[in-house]
Amino acid sequence: MPLLNMIVNGKNVAVDVEPHEYLAHVLREKLGLTGTKIGCEEAECGACTVLVNGAPVVSCIFPALKAEGARIETIEGLAQSPILALSEAEGSNLQSPTSNLHPLQKAFIEHGAVQCGFCTPGLIMAAKGLLDQNPNPTDDEIKTALKDNYCRCTGYVSVISAIKSVVASRQSPVASGESPNHPITQSLLAVVGKPYPRNDAVAKVTGAAKYTDDYKFAGMLHGATLRAKFPHAKILRLDATKAKALTGVRVVLTHEDVPGSKNHGLIFNDWPVLCYDKVRYQGDAVAIVAADAREIAERALELIEVEYEPLPVVDNPLDALKPDAIVVNDFLGHGNLLKHIKVDKGDIEQGFAQADVIVEREYHTPTYEHAFLEPECAIGRVTDDGRIEVYVGSQIPYEDRRQIAAALAIPESQVRVIGTLIGGGFGGKEDIMGQIHVALLARATKRPVKMLYSRRESMIAHPKRHATTIRLKTGAKRDGTLVAVRAEIFGDSGAYASLGDKVMTRAATHAAGPYAVPHVKIDCYAMYTNNPPAGAFRGFGVTQSAFAVESNMDILARELGMDPIELRRKSALRVGATTSTGQVVRDSAGLLECIRLVEAEVLKNTAEEQGSRGAGEKIPPAPALTCSPAIRAWGFAAAYKNTGLGGGAPDKSTAEVEVYDDGTAEIRSAAAEIGQGLPNVLAQITAEELGIPFERVRVLLSDTDLTPDGGPTTASRQTAVTGNAAKFAARGMREILARAASERLDAPPERIVFRDGVVGVILSEAKNLVSVNETLRSAQGDKWVTFADVVRWARAEGRATKYRFEYTAPETKPLGEAGDMHFAFSYAAQAALVEVNTETGEVRVLKVVAATDVGRAINPLALKGQVEGGIVMCLGNALTEEYVVEQGRVWTDRLARYKMPSIKHVPEIVSFVVEEESSVGPYGAKGVGEISSIPTTPAIINAIYNAVGVRVYALPVDQDKLLRAMKSGARQVR
Amino acid sequence: MPKFWDEYHLPATLDDALELLARYDGRARVIGGGTDLLLDLKEEHYSGEQPHYAALIDVTRIAGANEIREDGGWIVIGCAVTHTQVVASPLIQARATALYEASGVVAGAQIRNTGTVVGNVAHALPAADSAVALAVLDAQVKRQKAKGKSGDWVPIASIYLGPGKSAIDSTRELISAIRFRPTDAQEGSAFTRIMRPQGIALPILGMAARVQLTIVNCQLSITNCAISAGPVAPTLFRAMKTEEFLRGKAVDDATLDEATRVLLSEAQPRTSAHRATREYRVELLPTMLREVLTRATQCANEPMHQ
Repeated sequence: MPLLNMIVNGKNVAVDVEPHEYLAHVLREKLGLTGTKIGCEEAECGACTVLVNGAPVVSCIFPALKAEGARIETIEGLAQSPILALSEAEGSNLQSPTSNLHPLQKAFIEHGAVQCGFCTPGLIMAAKGLLDQNPNPTDDEIKTALKDNYCRCTGYVSVISAIKSVVASRQSPVASGESPNHPITQSLLAVVGKPYPRNDAVAKVTGAAKYTDDYKFAGMLHGATLRAKFPHAKILRLDATKAKALTGVRVVLTHEDVPGSKNHGLIFNDWPVLCYDKVRYQGDAVAIVAADAREIAERALELIEVEYEPLPVVDNPLDALKPDAIVVNDFLGHGNLLKHIKVDKGDIEQGFAQADVIVEREYHTPTYEHAFLEPECAIGRVTDDGRIEVYVGSQIPYEDRRQIAAALAIPESQVRVIGTLIGGGFGGKEDIMGQIHVALLARATKRPVKMLYSRRESMIAHPKRHATTIRLKTGAKRDGTLVAVRAEIFGDSGAYASLGDKVMTRAATHAAGPYAVPHVKIDCYAMYTNNPPAGAFRGFGVTQSAFAVESNMDILARELGMDPIELRRKSALRVGATTSTGQVVRDSAGLLECIRLVEAEVLKNTAEEQGSRGAGEKIPPAPALTCSPAIRAWGFAAAYKNTGLGGGAPDKSTAEVEVYDDGTAEIRSAAAEIGQGLPNVLAQITAEELGIPFERVRVLLSDTDLTPDGGPTTASRQTAVTGNAAKFAARGMREILARAASERLDAPPERIVFRDGVVGVILSEAKNLVSVNETLRSAQGDKWVTFADVVRWARAEGRATKYRFEYTAPETKPLGEAGDMHFAFSYAAQAALVEVNTETGEVRVLKVVAATDVGRAINPLALKGQVEGGIVMCLGNALTEEYVVEQGRVWTDRLARYKMPSIKHVPEIVSFVVEEESSVGPYGAKGVGEISSIPTTPAIINAIYNAVGVRVYALPVDQDKLLRAMKSGARQVR
Repeated sequence: MPKFWDEYHLPATLDDALELLARYDGRARVIGGGTDLLLDLKEEHYSGEQPHYAALIDVTRIAGANEIREDGGWIVIGCAVTHTQVVASPLIQARATALYEASGVVAGAQIRNTGTVVGNVAHALPAADSAVALAVLDAQVKRQKAKGKSGDWVPIASIYLGPGKSAIDSTRELISAIRFRPTDAQEGSAFTRIMRPQGIALPILGMAARVQLTIVNCQLSITNCAISAGPVAPTLFRAMKTEEFLRGKAVDDATLDEATRVLLSEAQPRTSAHRATREYRVELLPTMLREVLTRATQCANEPMHQ
């Protein structure tokens, strides 16, 4: 084995390497520098960026021996001295001192440029490479340098501002650079509403943060999965004899080795753990291998003999619905129909009879890929006492536990799911991928087994966003009052149910848009096909229907000769209005305010910038095809999205708070952090309720042994539901402490206050918290003590120092029954300024103005990241992303074929937060995770129409077709 | 991922590299930055092939190969020169502007820091950005087959046999350098391209132009020019008829209009699945020709900094 000499982070290193190894692997596996992440192994994502002799390179395709004699810098070398405390403080919210961090690391934290954190080391290294060469880069130079570093969470806005702040502070060391632009929210609360940087950010900017693939166990084996050779075929024969005989192979398992439930599934048990009768999509798992090395396991796959009888492929939902269609999956007993979802309100015939103008159009949306930067990884392990442990970055740890136990035919108590950090999810890490497989392999081998998916495997296997065909008919009276909406939606749910029926239900219930429409009839068909399964993806079906709804609204406005914003305002959901499912909106409906804010901002912009047109003007001009090469216009869209599971599903979360003698607290819940910032939300709520500083709250998430069930991270529900669980758990804990303090301070418990780590007695009849605080500070002598003192008293008195609360959200009703289908909705309005090049068809989004009603901003910095990230993701939905499957064969099987928005696509974003408090969520909070990513697409599509007069009915915008439509005078692209 | 190669060599001299190639006798393969080759190997593997080499011969440590130099009226780019070096070179910026512009948009910073211009040419994709630019510079590549010989300079077009198919057998020979004449006074070049937002690393269309101007009767006139585009043919494409038409013409709108008509008569773009339709490319050709000719003309009028 050749000896590779390098200088790594300033130290001479000599390491034996295989000639075919890549630098990324040597750094991670041989030098233990796991801060360098591997996201694609195809030089696309940039997560593995390190500096070689000062120049950023992607280490995943950089042969290690190429680095002979080179100076290598990794994320671990950036801080001035090693941050030893980090691994010890793992999972802890206690901020390590940031004084020795590199300015870029600090700036990334302060500006909120860290979310899931998987891309962060690569981004920071690329930025360092730039600043080392060019200390004063322009915005354009920053974007050029970081173009190949994908970030799926932040939308890059905070990344750019973080880098610029470092540049600025270097130029004028006295000024601390451009300060993060945090939205200011008015609040009397002490901790909630403040823009605390992420409590896991130090670990994420230093490379200390551990994702599943960063874990290693003694004797660990490596797994691999044999995928189906055909998208649809009978399995005639399966023979693993040769594979088992390969040296280094420890076990090969097939369906016969699944002792318990042969199928898994979140809603329906229709997805084989390992296929037995047939394969239904290209990503189906047929056999699994554990071997001494990943290469051996992969070689073994080639030796497994499977004889197939290929079957005809059903590749779209409309064909799947035909009576003579080949049945893909008959688990439910009604053929390819996974679910027919019906929304019925009023009398649809009568509704259209009242309409003066009717717009009827058909829209298409393709399949989309989450493309979280961290590919799936799971590690299974058998503990000394025979239990199964699975390490995985999952959005639903307790569901994983249930499904693992069922497949292994063991009690759930014998399974422990330990949630690791998650490098992005967006709904794509809700289903079982490798979790059951590693449990089976670990049990069979009695050794730890790691199953790491390649990017290719990830792209083929995990559930996607539903492709849809939407036929939408909207009717309005002459004055713009909406009277009727009729929709038919055909959703491609792929080979297995996943969350398909729920997703399509949401598409259906939101298909009249955020408007009060008296007569609604919607038929939505979620269909099984031989495409990859479709399930949860940020927006959960509403992304698709909002595109159709908001396009129809603009078409309608034009036919009515009405301002499109005015048309929306007229029917916008507001308190007292009734949704399509018959739910009366009782509170927290900020849509009108969102519309007002966006309209005002756009009008301000159009006044400043003559020549652009569209949404801001009262009556949009008739579009004209012109010769000017670049035409700009604004487009507008509105949206709403439920918070919480709704539809009658019990929506519960349990959280536990424990307080300690040192005055700290820990909040625990098995609720997944996928980058959205849940640890901060829970820490801030806990700190608020306990009256202690934010920094004194640790957060422990997603361990089924140590944390109670917080439910799925889906439906924008965690801030509201687990947030409430944390709030009530902390409040319960406080009440216990108040009783302890009450005796010692000789005051009734209701006069004991907790604030800033101090516990005292209200002496005056204070009316609000601010004066309470002042009273507290002026309190004399023995009337105030520290929080830690009170914890010690409580413990000494034998009182509980732990409090657990199971929160159940208000009951909801299933679709079709009267009453509330959801306990809250978030609302948003957005306008996009778009430039279309009439000579090339290229479309650029220059600016997005957004207003989002989130009820209450628990952490404005995290909220800003959710909004910006959602907008940029939805920009990709409109312009760059498309997951292509041809006859069940995945064409988009690599990142090079799935372009997400890069830093070059980022528009200027102006974001307003509307806080129409919900009566349900903590401090009035509702969800934000999805709503921000819904209206951007239709706003862009409407802007394109306003610019060049071509209506796009099929996503994503194809500049090829757009240009030809413009040139030919066709007014539409299908 | 299986092992695609057994040994990895970093020869320090050209002779050492050639000797290694000779010793492996067709079982080794030349690697530059590897940014194309290593991804190709993975794709070959996924498509069911079993690519394997006894060794990779890395030519990026060859003495002197990482230099851009002027030599006897030529600009010579060694086989270890990265796109980043090309972009940073004031000489290339001023006197091979099309290549500067093309190298500047190759992939992202990390790939430009690793990938070499020579490697890009050896990869033989006629739509590769640098290839389109080098075509108008009438570049030549130096083929090195055997140790001790000085190698042959051959026209760049001669090594493009088809998409991804090179006349250079990278298991037995290598390109040690590329050279071209710098643009002179009253001469300029430019490059442009259009990408598909939905992916595929290759451009929908790339185009480059080089023009030499003279003033005749107070009117700018084209004395010589070169125009290339890709992909409009399986190999490097030079728009000979358009070039011929433009020679001696005044630089004005009428000339540009007529030039686009000539270009459309000789360029035959095709539809490529998942990338672009023939019709779209036909729409783009005139627009892009106008752009590169206009910018090359501006470039020719600028005072030379080098």
